[in-house]
Amino acid sequence: MISAADLFTVVAVSLGAFFFMAGTVGLLRFPDALTRLHALTKADNLGLGLVVLGLLPRAGSLLAALKLASIWLLVLLIGAAVSQMIAKAARNGDKDDD
Amino acid sequence: MTIDTVLDGGLAALVLAVGCWIIVARDSFAAAVGFVAYGLLLTLVWVRLDAIDVALMEGAIGSGLTGALLLRASSRLRSTEASVALEPPPFILRAGAALLSAIVAAMLAVAVLYLPEPAPTLAPEAAANAGATGMGNAVTNVLMAFRAMDTMLEKVVLLVALAGIWSLARDRLWGGRPGPLYRTDPKAPLTFLAQVLPPIGIVTGIYMLWVGADAPGGAFQGGTIIAAMWLLVMMAGLADAPPVGNRRMRLTLIAGPLLFLIVGFGGLWLGDAFLGYPAAYAKPLILVIEFAMTLTVAVTLGLLIAGPPEREPTS
Repeated sequence: MISAADLFTVVAVSLGAFFFMAGTVGLLRFPDALTRLHALTKADNLGLGLVVLGLLPRAGSLLAALKLASIWLLVLLIGAAVSQMIAKAARNGDKDDD
Repeated sequence: MTIDTVLDGGLAALVLAVGCWIIVARDSFAAAVGFVAYGLLLTLVWVRLDAIDVALMEGAIGSGLTGALLLRASSRLRSTEASVALEPPPFILRAGAALLSAIVAAMLAVAVLYLPEPAPTLAPEAAANAGATGMGNAVTNVLMAFRAMDTMLEKVVLLVALAGIWSLARDRLWGGRPGPLYRTDPKAPLTFLAQVLPPIGIVTGIYMLWVGADAPGGAFQGGTIIAAMWLLVMMAGLADAPPVGNRRMRLTLIAGPLLFLIVGFGGLWLGDAFLGYPAAYAKPLILVIEFAMTLTVAVTLGLLIAGPPEREPTS
């Protein structure tokens, strides 16, 4: 018999993996830098968020759970800042081409 | 076939694929980005091999720091890359390089495949003598006590590398500040990142140093994280790089190796041998050296990436 916590982990991590896959497909299929960034940030924010959420019941201790959550928060912060910078560089690059 | 085999096989295939991609990449910027991805994959490989210390090192130095150095080098070469691509090196040179690389790879493969079973190892002895220093992490014991000479010389090599980079400076710029002057844009995301991230990074770096006594971590990994924070602040234009003539900065550069040498020669006099710690003070001595090392590593790595002096000295 599978416990509720295990079921939660399986569902959340699978959902997270789905977002990573969707993000990767978007990265490969979308036409330009801005739309690709849009796809990637979904994978990072939602995908990693769901994976971390799913792993929380298995963390074992409060400290380990806090570490997992802070990894997600750091990735959110860096992902947001870096994608802004890439987007700005991509737009400026387009202007130079015109 | 278990899930672990599938995971390891996939990881190995990815490492090989990214390695080949780096070799055939035409653009040096693309190759440098590939190298960073390659380093992250290798980090996962080390984690799978249960070598967390090596994984931290690979992630911080192999992928992060070397990646930053290569990216910087490729952006400097960008203006000349097109003209170089027009006249590729002669075929014989390229074939020779390929042949040499293939021979080295084949010899390494043969050496690994024909290792005796079990492979010769000093690990049991290192683990058995772990109590000699009072530290729980066998890797730190090896690095700081059993093979302390190697670790000390490693830091000296870093200093020599920095001297090599500085020697690229033009005569009239000597004594000036390294790298370009980065402009600050108070509303830019980079500025925001450079204000929010360093406190977290500095705490993580010191934690890494401190925890290295009993768990994976240590001076080099901690120092690298602090160096990354310093570079972030410099590139956001929030703080300028110190002039290469700065006395305090130079003292920090030699603090680690110097302290190591002092303790080493002290060992000749008070202990058993050069770098032999007196048993009662082994742990505090090692911690003091590691603390100085962390500062030295952070400043050296930051300055390695900042590059040679590019601005005229002000005074």
